[in-house]
Amino acid sequence: MTQHAQTPLVELRDISIAFGGIKAVDHVSVDLYPGEVVGLLGHNGAGKSTLIKCLSGAYKQDSGDVYINGEKAVINNPRDARSYNIETIYQTLALADNLDAASNLFLGRELITPMGFVDDARQEAETRKIMARLNPNFTKFSAPVKALSGGQRQSVAIARAVYFNARILIMDEPTAALGPQETQMVAELIQELKRQGLGIFLIEHDVQAVMDLCDRASVMKNGQLVGTVDVKDVTDDDILSMIILGKQPAKVA
Amino acid sequence: MSDPIPPSNGQTPPASPVAKFLRATEIDTRLLGMIGALVLIWIGFHLYGALVNGFGAFLTPRNLWNLSVQTSSIGIMATGMVLVIVTRHIDLSVGSVLGFTAMAMGLFQVRFLPEYLGLGSPLIWILTIVFGLILGALIGAFQGWLVAYRGIPAFIVTLGGLLVWRGAAFLVARGETISPVDERFSLLGGGPYGSIGATGTWIVGLIACAGIIYLLVSGRASRRSHMFALRPIWAEVVLGTLGCGLVIGTVLLFNAYPWPRGIVRQYAEANSIDVPETGLFISHGFAFPVLILITVGIIMTIVMTRTRFGRYVFAIGGNPEAAELSGINVRWVTVKIFAIMGMLAALAGVVASARLNSATNALGTLDELYVIAAAVIGGTSLAGGIGTIYGAILGALVMQSLKTGMVLIGFDAAIQQVVVGGVLVLAVYLDILYRRKSN
Ligand SMILES: Nc1ncnc2c1ncn2[C@@H]1O[C@H](COP(=O)(O)OP(=O)(O)O)[C@@H](O)[C@H]1O
Ligand SMILES: [Mg+2]
Repeated sequence: MTQHAQTPLVELRDISIAFGGIKAVDHVSVDLYPGEVVGLLGHNGAGKSTLIKCLSGAYKQDSGDVYINGEKAVINNPRDARSYNIETIYQTLALADNLDAASNLFLGRELITPMGFVDDARQEAETRKIMARLNPNFTKFSAPVKALSGGQRQSVAIARAVYFNARILIMDEPTAALGPQETQMVAELIQELKRQGLGIFLIEHDVQAVMDLCDRASVMKNGQLVGTVDVKDVTDDDILSMIILGKQPAKVA
Repeated sequence: MSDPIPPSNGQTPPASPVAKFLRATEIDTRLLGMIGALVLIWIGFHLYGALVNGFGAFLTPRNLWNLSVQTSSIGIMATGMVLVIVTRHIDLSVGSVLGFTAMAMGLFQVRFLPEYLGLGSPLIWILTIVFGLILGALIGAFQGWLVAYRGIPAFIVTLGGLLVWRGAAFLVARGETISPVDERFSLLGGGPYGSIGATGTWIVGLIACAGIIYLLVSGRASRRSHMFALRPIWAEVVLGTLGCGLVIGTVLLFNAYPWPRGIVRQYAEANSIDVPETGLFISHGFAFPVLILITVGIIMTIVMTRTRFGRYVFAIGGNPEAAELSGINVRWVTVKIFAIMGMLAALAGVVASARLNSATNALGTLDELYVIAAAVIGGTSLAGGIGTIYGAILGALVMQSLKTGMVLIGFDAAIQQVVVGGVLVLAVYLDILYRRKSN
């Protein structure tokens, strides 16, 4: 996968953003091709979430540019990101706890009746459809999501990102609250979406999962990019040492 | 990620008949508590009057009709305060905005418009209202803009507004009272001519009953089509009977309050009707301010439960960050919320100044406390994300009942303040206890 003929779906070029004195992301460049899964790794606080938030419109980078399909993209807020078909599963899930699953899934993009009212019935029907695919055990359709378990909440967040035909999917620790069985389902989902040609940024702590699911892996430490490697060229120990030592393994560098 | 699904029947411990009734009818306990408090207050004041003053004046058609009119202005504003508090803000300026817009409308209809349209022009009242509502909305939008786009806490912006608009209400006419207001305008304040009479009240009542039955039937149909659990038929019948019974009871009550004799005589003379020896019984029926409140309540309920905007209000209250990340323009929605609040304060200003038949710069003083108390007593959570319009209107009725009741039995203003202040704190405390228990 090192040689790509196409233009990348996403290119983050030289992105920097600081909070107060902390350089959360410091001149980082990564890219993503259609049908590719790129893993983002690094310790807590390495800057992974902050980096992808510049792509999802949650933050505006201090410097650096975002290119989508080779063209410079202006992303000032989450609405802009959505207009580029970028969908995000946030680490915090970003759910409105007082609303039910369907209202969360369609939040900001409600289905509307001809009269101009929110079509709750159709929203719920659609939610039932997608949940049947993602998490057949999900039944609490009318409860506010604060009444749901961590795993159920996570599947609502995943459903929301998948429902709207994303071309670029950002998954920030999507399996953090899931058990082994559900984690497996998410892995299968990622592979299916990849086959459909989506580009996926996957932030993940489990190196083995990255080796299994990703084509390339980018490692960050203290806001800086340690390096990007093709997973088939490295072992999981190589990636671990990149995370811990902050250095590219000699053979790839 | 599966929680076991509790079987809907059977597993729950054997319930008392009351609990069973509540579950079947889906009446929430909070609503019931509010109605219980209301009944207690009403009976309490009536008995106190009967025992101590020798005359129970509370539960009379006259007093309850007056109560409905007096509740209107607070109730109208309380529906807007729900949106403000649901999004974790507060608006302390509503009483002053009411006063300022009422003064501005007073000047507009008494000094400005007659110069161009001539005194008594039928356009005056409607132009005045349009002017007032726009002015209120602009004031609210400006305050909302300071909150949303300039990051000043709503508490501070509207605390400033509380002083600014009250001062401005004085300045626009150097403290003069503007009176009398336009004749048609004054009807919006209620009174014998500002009510729709017996026939009109029956028509409104029957429409309301038809509406209740329609809601129950269509609600049932839509539940069936989505395969949700249905209420037992008897529960539907009980709900329909309760609802329609309440409406018809109110119709009978308001129709039982006749016009005062002097007004009847005046009216009879003007229309050359012979008044029989026994007098002429002309009913008040619903007063216009009450109809305005009901209309506002229905519109705001639809806005909150059926529109995108309402959904965004709740989402922002539940998790502002998530709302923003979902693509909601949180700041713009916030401006709209404050604009609606300002507009409703102006509408309350219409009702209040029409009722007084004059605009004074003190109009609406301390109303902010009653309005906030009404919303909170009505179940709007200060933590955000939760609240209902009907609850706020009921809350307004509770607050106004307390106020009216204390006046009736002769408590002076100082005691009223002590009680109202205490009730506000108590209501918030009960709310906290209730939510802790239901979690
Ligand atoms: N909104 C913010 N305000 C201040 N500091 C922040 C903010 N967001 C992230 N940071 C800081 O930026 C750094 C990177 O955080 P983050 O991107 O969440 O790391 P990761 O996702 O890799 O665990 C941390 O030091 C964090 O404290
Ligand atoms: Mg993170």
